[in-house]
Amino acid sequence: MLQKQPVLETSPHVSNEVRQTTCYMCACRCGINVHLKDGKVAYIEGNRDHPVNRGVLCAKGSAGIMQVNAPSRLRAPLKRVGPRGSGEFEEITWDEALGIATDWLAPIREAAPEKLAFFTGRDQSQSFTSFWAQGFGTPNYAAHGGFCSVNMAAAGIYTMGGAFWEFGQPDWERTKLFMLFGVAEDHDSNPIKMGLGRLKERGAKVIGVNPIRTGYNAIADEWLGITPGTDGLLILALIHELLKAGKIDLDYLAHRTNAPVLLDDDGLFQRDGEGRPLVRDRTTGETVPFDAQKIIPDLRGADTVFTKLIERYLDPQYAPDAVAKRCGIPAQKIKLIAAELARVAFDEAIEIDQPWTDFRGHSYDKMIGRPVSFHSMRGISAHANGFQTCRALHVLQIILGSVEVPGGFRFKPPYPKPATAHPKPHCRVTPGQPLDGPHLGFVHGPEDLCLNDDGTPARIDKAFTWENPMSAHGLMHMVISNAHAGDPYQIDTLFLYMANMSWNSSMNSAGVMDMLTDTDENGDYVIPHIIYSDAYSSEMVAYADLILPDTTYLERHDCISLLDRPICEADAVADAIRWPVIEPDRNVRGFQSVLVDLGARLKLPGFVNEDGSAKYKDYADYMTHHIRRPGIGPLAGWREGGDSRGDANPNQIDRYIENGGFWMEHIPDEALYYKPWNKAYQDWAVAKGFYDSVQPYIFQLYVEPMRKFQRAADGHGTRQPPDHLRDQIRQKMDPLPIWYDVNEEDQQGSDEFSIHALTQRPMAMYHSWGTQNAWLRQIHGRNPMYIPTKLWEANGFNTGDWARVTSPHGSITVPVAHMAALNDHTIWTWNAIGKRKGAWALDKDAPEATQGFLLNHIIHELLPPKGDGLRWSNSDPITGQAAWFDLKVKIEKVDAPAEAQPEFPPQKSPVGQGPDKLTWKVGK
Amino acid sequence: MTQLPTHTEKKLGLVIDLDTCVGCHACVVSCKGWNTENYGAPLSDQDPYGADPTGTFLNRVHSYEVQPDQGVAQLIHFPKSCLHCDDAPCVTVCPTGASYKRVEDGIVLVNESDCIGCGLCAWACPYGAREMDADQGVMKKCTLCVDRIYNENLPEEDRQPACVRTCPSNARHFGDLADSESDVSKLVAERGGIDLMPEQGTKPVNKYLPPRPKDTWDQIDILAPLLDPVAEEPKGFLGWLDKTLEKL
Repeated sequence: MLQKQPVLETSPHVSNEVRQTTCYMCACRCGINVHLKDGKVAYIEGNRDHPVNRGVLCAKGSAGIMQVNAPSRLRAPLKRVGPRGSGEFEEITWDEALGIATDWLAPIREAAPEKLAFFTGRDQSQSFTSFWAQGFGTPNYAAHGGFCSVNMAAAGIYTMGGAFWEFGQPDWERTKLFMLFGVAEDHDSNPIKMGLGRLKERGAKVIGVNPIRTGYNAIADEWLGITPGTDGLLILALIHELLKAGKIDLDYLAHRTNAPVLLDDDGLFQRDGEGRPLVRDRTTGETVPFDAQKIIPDLRGADTVFTKLIERYLDPQYAPDAVAKRCGIPAQKIKLIAAELARVAFDEAIEIDQPWTDFRGHSYDKMIGRPVSFHSMRGISAHANGFQTCRALHVLQIILGSVEVPGGFRFKPPYPKPATAHPKPHCRVTPGQPLDGPHLGFVHGPEDLCLNDDGTPARIDKAFTWENPMSAHGLMHMVISNAHAGDPYQIDTLFLYMANMSWNSSMNSAGVMDMLTDTDENGDYVIPHIIYSDAYSSEMVAYADLILPDTTYLERHDCISLLDRPICEADAVADAIRWPVIEPDRNVRGFQSVLVDLGARLKLPGFVNEDGSAKYKDYADYMTHHIRRPGIGPLAGWREGGDSRGDANPNQIDRYIENGGFWMEHIPDEALYYKPWNKAYQDWAVAKGFYDSVQPYIFQLYVEPMRKFQRAADGHGTRQPPDHLRDQIRQKMDPLPIWYDVNEEDQQGSDEFSIHALTQRPMAMYHSWGTQNAWLRQIHGRNPMYIPTKLWEANGFNTGDWARVTSPHGSITVPVAHMAALNDHTIWTWNAIGKRKGAWALDKDAPEATQGFLLNHIIHELLPPKGDGLRWSNSDPITGQAAWFDLKVKIEKVDAPAEAQPEFPPQKSPVGQGPDKLTWKVGK
Repeated sequence: MTQLPTHTEKKLGLVIDLDTCVGCHACVVSCKGWNTENYGAPLSDQDPYGADPTGTFLNRVHSYEVQPDQGVAQLIHFPKSCLHCDDAPCVTVCPTGASYKRVEDGIVLVNESDCIGCGLCAWACPYGAREMDADQGVMKKCTLCVDRIYNENLPEEDRQPACVRTCPSNARHFGDLADSESDVSKLVAERGGIDLMPEQGTKPVNKYLPPRPKDTWDQIDILAPLLDPVAEEPKGFLGWLDKTLEKL
């Protein structure tokens, strides 16, 4: 047959209109172009002008169209009519729903505001939801950081005034060696992929440290399949090697850190009359405040932090040969990494011809860079030694002189911001009145803990107590178990937003379901009222009494605010909005607008005018008109009289929409690096409103507040820990990073439970959300337990086999698959693929419900009993971070069951089930 | 049977960097999105919320483990779509002329109105790069986004395949492989780009850039320099510090 080439329309109509907003398919907050045809979403792509993703978009983002049409979307407010957990509801009006909520909440506020526990999951509006909770007067507010990555955030802020992800990023354009610890695919996903792409283009080396070689580790030039929980030990060995070889940046340590700060006999800083830490000036030999002009701080002397650091880490216990076996990495390899870090940092140093002046008045004609950079997220964070491990990583970065320098790790405005510039936690309750200040913050000693006068915890989650003093993000994972136990007290209403606490967002999920449905001797629920807001038919919906249905991300207003979790880049300050690019076709409302309404009904301060009328019409009105501090509101762009600082501009949201949904301003050249110490940056930061006076500071290699807790444990001071916690505080609150073995001492990692069990989140899914998405679930619809070669062979596994996986807490029976690129003692699976029957509008025979499973069932919120009569929390003793990744198990081959175990009865779906076919084309 | 053109003016195609692909599936879904809304019948999904969801995709990412003789195992992410072969057996096998290779740019397409859904082309393709749409019964395949790359309704910078525009790690490149001066041709020359399964004789236009050598630190005889200690003990270290600071 002859070639017959048809005439093809190569310039078809693409869309009637492109509306630019912010993605919410995960927490990354990329800019998106939503192509519309006749008001319907036709196609979603990345926004090229957006600072976060510069045009690219991940699998989740491109699949947003299947989220917006998902059959799992809730349709109307719901009132529970069957028993909790059954999923039996009736649809009610918004008036009735808001009336019920007000009737429950108003009496609590008048009598005992702490009886409301308000926790907001994967909330991107925390500066707003916390403001609401503060106005209500309850101390019981937090988002999901405590079960996510608070170790990373808190360790970073205490050490350097910023951490990874939202706080900072590698200098992708200049770094020459990049070292990645642990799973990081789930946060900041597009920027890291873009950065890796830039490194690969330039041939820069990537080192991956992760028991599992998937994703970013698959393209790492060198992969270290480390034993879980030993990253801190590896890092301290690198520090040991670098110190021993003198491959450290002495100038940086002297000028940019507290290495030269003088310690007194108690291990506290020597201070002047104004409380300023003291250093010795090398020029005069005199003792002077750390920020005195023109001084050159001296690292030497028996009383400096630096000497203490040397004494600590030159100890042979940190030598590569001493740690190799435990870490599962040959000593020679550790030495090679140290040599490579030193070579690149010092032999390939960068110089930029850019003069700058530091806070001590020293002027420099160049910016010197150490082009090695690091990144880490949940992988090293979700261990009970995670805070100290994250601290160790920052100390490694700092001794190399590689933070806030060209080629190193850089902060994103409004960071850097030291712990001392953040609020302290507040917990003082007065019935009928707002809380005495912001809930969450940074403690600087025992005096800042959230304790009542009788020493009992003020918060339901026991955040900021002796059990976990520095719990900067609260402990969402402890709320339900504490509320159920009435410890420290009983609550009346549990109010949750966007957190699947009866399933993948809790440890011990089956136990949590029991707690949510448990009744007292009168037959009443132990947790009397549960209000839940979600956009989708998640597993948690069935456990609530009242459902406030949220919109999808394309149907709502949001602000990604500098007051909250910013989207800035190291070169620029930026914030962004979401706006309704389509209108909801259901009787649903954006949760933040619902809170505005509830705030007015409850007459919360900040939500009503003097005459008692509602202050804001909805969240968009709040975004535009709320004033947090003089001249500062939720959005920094296009304020009256200029950007960043100025009065509310009634047309502000329109300006954002015209600009593609975001606002951005570049940092002046001389302020681009050395931000904590750079006069030009500090002045710019004040002008932009990040803080109201300049805040230069030095990095805290030695964290003095931790020493204060140790001192309290030794009996000093009036606020004293209970006796059973003294040893833990003495040992774990070390002001210089330490490593301790969480495998043996805490998780009963005896011979019986000798295998590590981990989860990773796939790049194409976001926690439980991906499964309702018709396209994404075809990519990750199953999650076998991956088994390394040695264990595979030892257990005689074959393709298609199943295994019983048992921890000290319980068992699951699951399908297995072989994987070679895996630590010999580690098994793992994808996180949150397993679903409960009836949830997410899936068929009851969906593989997610029949073969999918959660590791959560065998992870308890408490550690196994140790025989001391106490139950210790399965979390980091410093921050309370949930220690998901400390799990130890045993495995055995079993006959394939009909379904993955444990099985749970189906929930009744409030939305029915999805269609049996999709041919989604909105255009003609 | 359908004839191939004896010569095409251009050879438009993809260059896919296996050293850089992290396996994120961004390309898979952006392709699904664009091609569901655009060229021909939508890419349908059967049982999308059920026990066995299956849909039509023009581009999929497969992952393969490689266990070298020495050292640790590696994982290669391997995106696969139509390679727009010069000697495309899927075209010559087509009984109706629905499958064809364009003279001007070498893109292999299916004219859906002539496709009878016989499936011979999918059988003939050694790469498994074609998928029959279960709803419309027509053969679907990568179009190289022929409705984007020349589309005057798109800004010029967006006139590239959806998978290339969206790839976060820049592992996908689009261009004319007939032009030895094009960026993609230079990339292929520089990085030793390879044909997929050359023994099949299909002469694929798309090229793959192989992964760079990895895990060199696992080589036993590595000659990398290690660090020389300045001291073993804190006291010796402080002596070194004194001397060093004097020099600063």
